[in-house]
Amino acid sequence: MAEASGQDVQRRQRKVLEVRNLRVHYETPTGDVIAVAGIDFDLYDGETLGLVGESGSGKSTAAYGILKLVQPPGRIVEGNVVLDGDELVTMNDSNFRQLRWTKLALIPQGAMNSLNPTMRVHRQITDAIEAHEGKQDKEELRQRVLDLFRMVGLPQRLYNMFPHELSGGMKQRVCIAMGIALHPTVIIADESTSALDVVVQRVVAQTMLRVKKALGVSMIMIGHDMGLMAQMVDRIAVMYAGKLVEVSPVETIFEDPLHPYSQVLIESIPSLKERKPLKITEGITHDPRNPPPGCIFQLRCPFVMEHCRSEAPPLREVKARHQVACHLYNDDGSLIEGVKVEAAV
Amino acid sequence: MGGLTLNYIIRRVLIFLLTVWVSITIIFMVARLAPGDPISAMVAQASASMGVVENQDAIIEGWKEYFGLNDPIPIQYVKFLGNLLTFDFGPSLIAFPARVSELIARALPWSIGLGLVTLPLIFFIGNLFGALLAWRRTPGPLKAFIPMTMIFTSLPSVLAGLVFIFVFAFRMKLFPIAGPFGRGMQPSFTIEFISSLIHHGILPVASLVIVSFGFWTLGMRGMMVTTEGEDYMTLADAKGLPPFYVLYRYQVRNAILPQVTALAIALRTLGAGQILVEAIFSYRGIGTLIYTSIRNQDYNTIQGTSFVVILFTAVSVLIIDLIYPLIDPRISLEGN
Amino acid sequence: MGAATGQTASLAAPRKAGRLNRFDNPWLNIKLVVGVIMVGSILLMGVIGPLLVDVDLAYVGRSPLNLPPFCFENMRGEGGDPTHPLGTDNSGRDMLSLIVIGAPNSLLVGFVAAGFGMLGGIILGFSSGFLGGLADDIIRLSADITITIPSLLVLIVIQSLIPVQSLLVMAVLLSLFAWPQPTRLIRAQVMSMRESGYVKMAQLSGVPTSSIMFREMMPNLLPYLAASFIGNTTGSILAAVGLEILGLGPQRLPTLGRTIQNAIDNSGILRDMWWWWGLPTVILIVIFIGLLLINLGLDEVANPRLRKATRQ
Repeated sequence: MAEASGQDVQRRQRKVLEVRNLRVHYETPTGDVIAVAGIDFDLYDGETLGLVGESGSGKSTAAYGILKLVQPPGRIVEGNVVLDGDELVTMNDSNFRQLRWTKLALIPQGAMNSLNPTMRVHRQITDAIEAHEGKQDKEELRQRVLDLFRMVGLPQRLYNMFPHELSGGMKQRVCIAMGIALHPTVIIADESTSALDVVVQRVVAQTMLRVKKALGVSMIMIGHDMGLMAQMVDRIAVMYAGKLVEVSPVETIFEDPLHPYSQVLIESIPSLKERKPLKITEGITHDPRNPPPGCIFQLRCPFVMEHCRSEAPPLREVKARHQVACHLYNDDGSLIEGVKVEAAV
Repeated sequence: MGGLTLNYIIRRVLIFLLTVWVSITIIFMVARLAPGDPISAMVAQASASMGVVENQDAIIEGWKEYFGLNDPIPIQYVKFLGNLLTFDFGPSLIAFPARVSELIARALPWSIGLGLVTLPLIFFIGNLFGALLAWRRTPGPLKAFIPMTMIFTSLPSVLAGLVFIFVFAFRMKLFPIAGPFGRGMQPSFTIEFISSLIHHGILPVASLVIVSFGFWTLGMRGMMVTTEGEDYMTLADAKGLPPFYVLYRYQVRNAILPQVTALAIALRTLGAGQILVEAIFSYRGIGTLIYTSIRNQDYNTIQGTSFVVILFTAVSVLIIDLIYPLIDPRISLEGN
Repeated sequence: MGAATGQTASLAAPRKAGRLNRFDNPWLNIKLVVGVIMVGSILLMGVIGPLLVDVDLAYVGRSPLNLPPFCFENMRGEGGDPTHPLGTDNSGRDMLSLIVIGAPNSLLVGFVAAGFGMLGGIILGFSSGFLGGLADDIIRLSADITITIPSLLVLIVIQSLIPVQSLLVMAVLLSLFAWPQPTRLIRAQVMSMRESGYVKMAQLSGVPTSSIMFREMMPNLLPYLAASFIGNTTGSILAAVGLEILGLGPQRLPTLGRTIQNAIDNSGILRDMWWWWGLPTVILIVIFIGLLLINLGLDEVANPRLRKATRQ
């Protein structure tokens, strides 16, 4: 859990990353699949933002959009990503390559296949260092890699190994070590723990948190496990069908989720105290090539109104640092008249 | 390295030994199954085509002795095995009393030389083109040019050879029509001889390369496309590594591994192609030896030469199989 | 379609229409279609040709010797004859008739050899996958050995002692080297199917495993088996032509390889009788390129990623 000291609060006034109207589409023969449908959010200095949503909600695509790593047939259709004052989407390749890893690093999903199988572990870390800092003294590089290993809790003997000789948790730690090698401004961690078993998952997550705090980097953490998120992030952005539906500090959203989808997500965290049936109208989703007019969640929303079917609600701040995209709320965060939300919670 | 597991080595060596044994057995069985008395028939045919054969009795006697035709079949078989494994193929009919093994020893260096030039060339050009064809950053004109070089792909090399002889040697007179070097020359380390050797070698090598490299190009392109989708490629891009470094150290290095295994299979076709190309170019190698011995019904030479080529292929395949684990660090997992 | 915002639609629209067909039916890709047309026209020639051309002219002594194709001259300055539009060879065989019979002969040898190979592959592959154990070991080992032995050399040894006079025997001999690849493909598929969940489910519900597997496997396997069949056809024709050029194989039946061998034997190149070897070579080029295109087309069917790569 992030407890902010006075100094931290000050730092967190500064935006390091601004995402504006980012749209990513995947071309298919029957039309474009709209994976990310224009999202806006900010990342503040030193904070960890959790980007959550079910699979297919576009959260990973959004991350790869920011990194400009969307693979064809996907492409960034429009939008801006501003990192420390530099606009990334329109920046040319060679300039952006300089900026990669030094300012914007990735800890990938499924570390299983993220390491080059024909390259020794240390070399995959040092090649990134040398690509950005030039040729270096061998012994110094070695010390640097071993320091990184120590930070993420990897034994020195892994230095000369090949990826297939490592366990899943070790590979993930190698990826973390790789990600922090150049002290980037922003790290994007894409479901970095979801391929691991539960115990290893916790340990790796803690490693990540510890390293993040030690280095003071800003981080976007992508995942679907609300429980894990609750312990690791400062703010949560909830994504549904390519749109952000709610952005809020982590404490607030768990106490007072506003969007009906966030309510369902938080309710779905299993609890020992009470056993309740999962509440969601599953299966009724729209065609991602052909979203209906109006609110993106209308087909599954228990409170859907006439208004929701025609006009899409914008993401707006209704309470302090708490944004939601839903017609149920007035601008001051109060419920509009004639709706009983208690039925849902 | 620790990449070679004992299991893997044993299996590869076993396949090699069995291949050799099966080939010898087939050759033995064919000789026994042939209708009539192969020796008298061949000598008769030879005397029909060449007029009177001198030493006819000596030849028949030599063969009878070599085949041990009076022994029971199992003993014949064991003797035969022993003979072939010691490279004793008996006397040649056309060059009697020269031994077949002498003829082979004279021809083999030429074939090996030709193969050692051709194979690396095919592998290099093919994989280079395949990698360039699949690489995102290859300039457009180059991407359009490469497929045009591949129109001869899949043709028999011998046909390419015929066309080349006709166009470049017969009509345009740019290259000699036949032979491994200029007439009347003695093999030596002079510039004159070596340039003649190269001049004579260009068309045979070109006929073999031009029909084969396209397969490697296509295979490499396919593997490159597969590799392109791997997570480690995405991470390599995310790391901001130089594009050319990502190409050869991440993409090509991984894509080329299956290509090396394919090399073992390709050797078969390549060997066959080379035999025919040597034959039509009258190159001094094994191919020409086989061709002339078929023409002259010299069964001993056919048998011995074929066995040597089979053995050679099997040895090459074994070597490739044993080298492969050294370049693929993952293979040690499979053995366990 | 057309549901996204105006801007999006305009960005995506232009390239859409042309691609629909190819995505809808991968079997209709251009390479496959052109390849089938090339190979099909050779087969068609075998069917229609004899109706239009006197095929008896394909045998020795039926026509004047050494005639060039119509509108050309041979080295002695003799002009072509319209009754022998593609010329004649040194023994008075009409080139057109030779090709009309020879081309389908050569192609059929390949198809029949690959067909037998496929049949063997299906039987052995299923046995290997289903029986497992010793049978599997033996079949796998045999496949590995057969793949290592260069077929041409074994066939040279066989045919130089036991002359083959029929195309069918030739095809059967070639098929001895055409079974390992389909065997491996089918075995691998059977193995992975046996492990897969839905086969186990089907077993529990009492459906015979073999029928379920056969039905589920074939659609997946079809492009690979077809590619392997075409690959074996190419290989078999290659070997047959090679043997024929070396002077082995049926000596009296007109085939393309036999025709080329005759040209080489009689110094067709040095006497500038290019039609002797050039015409069968051109036909063989059509066959081989046609087969290659079919194979590349099948590759695209089996591996959709390649389709994307071609597109860019």
